[in-house]
Amino acid sequence: MSEHISSTAAPAPGAARPADGGASPFVPAPGAAPMWRMVCAQAGMELRVMLRHGEQFLLTMVIPVLLLVGFSLTSVLDVGEGPRVDALTPGVLALAIMSTSFTGLAIGTGFERRYGVLKRLGATPLSRFGLLAAKTLAVLGVQVIQIAVLCAVALALGWTPAASFGGAVAAAALVLLATAAFSSLALLMAGTLRAEATLAAANLVYILLLGLGGVLFPVSAFPGPLEAVSSALPITALSEGLRTVLTDGSLPSPGVFAVLLVWAVVGGALAARLFRWE
Amino acid sequence: MDTAAVEVVDLVKRYGATTAVSGLTFRARRGAVTALLGPNGAGKTSTIEICEGFRRADGGSVRVLGLDPVSDADALKPRVGVMPQSGGVPTGARAAEWLRLMASFHTSPVSPDLLLERLGLTSVSRTPFRRLSGGQQQRLSLACAVIGRPELVFLDEPTAGLDPQARMATWDLVAELRGAGVAVILTTHHMEEAERLADHVVIIDRGAVVAEGTPAELAGGRREVCFCTDAPIDADALRDALPAGTRIASARGAGGRREYVIGTDDPEALGPEFLATVTAWCASAGVLAEDLRVRRRTLEDVFLELTGRELRES
Repeated sequence: MSEHISSTAAPAPGAARPADGGASPFVPAPGAAPMWRMVCAQAGMELRVMLRHGEQFLLTMVIPVLLLVGFSLTSVLDVGEGPRVDALTPGVLALAIMSTSFTGLAIGTGFERRYGVLKRLGATPLSRFGLLAAKTLAVLGVQVIQIAVLCAVALALGWTPAASFGGAVAAAALVLLATAAFSSLALLMAGTLRAEATLAAANLVYILLLGLGGVLFPVSAFPGPLEAVSSALPITALSEGLRTVLTDGSLPSPGVFAVLLVWAVVGGALAARLFRWE
Repeated sequence: MDTAAVEVVDLVKRYGATTAVSGLTFRARRGAVTALLGPNGAGKTSTIEICEGFRRADGGSVRVLGLDPVSDADALKPRVGVMPQSGGVPTGARAAEWLRLMASFHTSPVSPDLLLERLGLTSVSRTPFRRLSGGQQQRLSLACAVIGRPELVFLDEPTAGLDPQARMATWDLVAELRGAGVAVILTTHHMEEAERLADHVVIIDRGAVVAEGTPAELAGGRREVCFCTDAPIDADALRDALPAGTRIASARGAGGRREYVIGTDDPEALGPEFLATVTAWCASAGVLAEDLRVRRRTLEDVFLELTGRELRES
């Protein structure tokens, strides 16, 4: 042994307890905290980690704001009739929702799995259900911030949303249902692919859905077959649904809810079945 | 409470065609430090991960605090602390923030600030995990394992890659846990660590126990006489001069020198007279015994004897 080790530092096995009299802070006193406290603490941690993550912030905040401002103030993109910001805002909100509940969640969870975080949390009193609840709360928390920021920017650009109580309820239901669908797909991807593959695939899906999903213009602008495919995507259902509520001032069709529901149920069932914690 | 902290009987774990653990049996007492000692690939981590409930055994039985690590996992989680070999913390989480989160999962945790101070992490309490050094990450992971005031902790290579100061801090903490009545199971391939910390050492090689006991029992409290010479000696003649049951091993050293190690089956036989007999024989035979010394056998000697294998340092 080349290191010098002082002989007084660690009592030899079998030696008496340290004679300091006071009780050691390590005397066993195990016990799990109440579930709600664990979930709140974990959700706070997830939220802070998400907001601090530079690339995620780019995806969830910077890009949606830039798209909204850029295409509202220039006429590069043909968004149809009416004020440009009115046509753009619902789609950009939908994109922001997807960036957090799908892309961000998939990449974050994929790397947590890779670095053994999920496994390590599995050894704490926080249950798997508790962890998923915390992740859901954190995603919803980020989305509340995104919606607040994007609505403020849109209003500053002259956005005049069609407002009604029923419309607000419908919009909230669309956002929650879409969050469930995107989150279950994110966990399906993060729980089955390698972290690097998840990173690449989640970004690719983000770009593809940005183009195909009626984010920047209604999918009715697409040729027939493409429109049909696009209408079955969750991002299209969300952006078209929000457009119906916020721009047209009418309630979305049941078909829009049905598309989101099917994605949520299928994605959730597959994720529950295939997700691997390590 | 007379149930063991951990009781493993005939444990078997296979990964495809490879058998990582083959019929391993040991018992770890409560309030004691048990070291699983063995080279890389001996099956230490597989064993510990089965005890932690992370993996399922392919055979045999495992009881942790008298419970089943898989089916009683919910009851065990608050009572058992776990330190994995690496990782386990999100790269963007700050050291103190993550430790506080772990504390919030328990009813009467150790103060996070106290633990950070004890483990020399106060200065990096606001540093994200990915920017901590390897040793700091290890110590944070150790802090997370003990913060809930568990009855039992599993430490998987707690000092691998630590500098001497950090290793001392870890050893001090393990000693204090033991003093406080916590059962500690640690894996190591660091001989000195096992010798210094453990009440009970379980030497594992190729997935099975090859020896176990206290460090003193394992080393047998035996002594050996060692010396070197420039030319071979008549070892048979030397042995005849010594008491019955004496063994002499020789090896070729550097530059044509010979190394001799003289041991006995009877630990009492190797005393002052024995040494005098060796030197007297050397004088009569005209042999100058260089580097002559009497030394105690170490766990390392025992391990090499048992397995014929070098322990590899991390």
